[in-house]
Amino acid sequence: MNVARFLQYIASGTAFTVGVTVIALPFGLLLGAVLAFLNVYSGKMVKNLTSIYSTMMRGIPPIVLLFILYFIVSGEINLSPFWAGSISLGIVSSAYQMEIIRGAILSVSGGQMMAARAIGMTKNQAIRNIILPQTLRLAIPPWSNEAAIVIKDSSLVYALGVPEVLRRAQLISASTQQPFLAYAAAAAIYFILVFITNRLLDALEKRLRIPANP
Amino acid sequence: MAKPILTIKDLTKKYSDNVIFHDINLTVNEGDTIVIIGPSGTGKSTLLRCINLLTRADGGQIWLDDQEITAKHCDEDVVRQHIGMVFQNFLLFNHLTALDNVMLGLTKVKHMKPEPAREKAMQELDRVGLSDRAGHYPGQLSGGQQQRVAIARALAMDPRIMLFDEPTSALDPELIGEVLEVMRKLALEGMTMLVVTHEMGFAREVADRIVFLEKGSIVEEGTPEDLFYRPKHDRTREFLWKITELYGKKDAGK
Repeated sequence: MNVARFLQYIASGTAFTVGVTVIALPFGLLLGAVLAFLNVYSGKMVKNLTSIYSTMMRGIPPIVLLFILYFIVSGEINLSPFWAGSISLGIVSSAYQMEIIRGAILSVSGGQMMAARAIGMTKNQAIRNIILPQTLRLAIPPWSNEAAIVIKDSSLVYALGVPEVLRRAQLISASTQQPFLAYAAAAAIYFILVFITNRLLDALEKRLRIPANP
Repeated sequence: MAKPILTIKDLTKKYSDNVIFHDINLTVNEGDTIVIIGPSGTGKSTLLRCINLLTRADGGQIWLDDQEITAKHCDEDVVRQHIGMVFQNFLLFNHLTALDNVMLGLTKVKHMKPEPAREKAMQELDRVGLSDRAGHYPGQLSGGQQQRVAIARALAMDPRIMLFDEPTSALDPELIGEVLEVMRKLALEGMTMLVVTHEMGFAREVADRIVFLEKGSIVEEGTPEDLFYRPKHDRTREFLWKITELYGKKDAGK
């Protein structure tokens, strides 16, 4: 097998790696954001439940959660390993993203809410128009860290048999006895994906930054 | 015959056992400018927050025009549309331009169409002398300009009454004048205002009545002449003397 085909075999797993990330990350963001706003703005009962969710999810290794969630999710509904893995990873990530968004909400000053209520906005209007836009801006830098983690953690779904980059590297290294080349290629792909993502998010943060005098 | 816009009866607020103020009675008539003075920690800010229902009072009643706004069935979001509030630290929406800060209440709360809302917002910015700063973000404005935008934001809702909570206390001394000037203009235009401030010059010149609040109750209430020159209570005289000395006007409290 020549080197080009060898590398091509591994690189074709990139679609799965990107696919898992592109499903898991927004799914985790949506769930995490909803949980974060519930945690900050709802009653004691919901606050406690969301806190317990966050603490539990963050206290278990992602791979263990992945197995548990995969067997629950695919036991209930017939899902392919790709979808089950992506959603599971999204659920794992939601706990971390919840904490990121929660931190951002809390760092928007309480006065913003008060000022919004003072002109007659309802709590929901204030959250939507005032708190959320500021929160999301503040969340971009820590969120870009989580995005990198999810890209890298997408390699965990190899354990479910999804033919993504790491899985392919492992297969081809076994069949060609070239582990270094195989894993180095996989490492390079992950690195490039993370690098590009971080650059894009940096650019987004600059673009959305609120103008102010120095 | 003066028409009362805001009527406060036996208003009481406490946090557990700590009484912030108790049995406050106050009437603000249409077009009046009432200035509330008093030492820090006497519940002046809390009183304003109770009036626009940002904080719930524990006892007593408040009427806005003929409506009791402390009543159970009263929609507090609707009440707040009619009460303008200006905060000590401006609290402009940081992610919006001056224009959008003023417009937001019109489009979201009053459900105006964008074009008339923009027009109205520009008029209000013009009223505080800042139409040329419409596209600036709060971070690009001086403190005085931010506070004037905050006043325009409150005015845009066409409130029945404006509450000012130490509007110049967070400002550098050279920026205080521009904010007081806007407030003075509003008072002359007949806006009904309830102002908490330590600016005695403003109080004496603009207020129809001054209310001296201490330790959670009204010590004395009267015209500026009464309070500055014929105070009934020693505490009023003492406080006014101290604060005017601090602010460089020693002729008060004789």
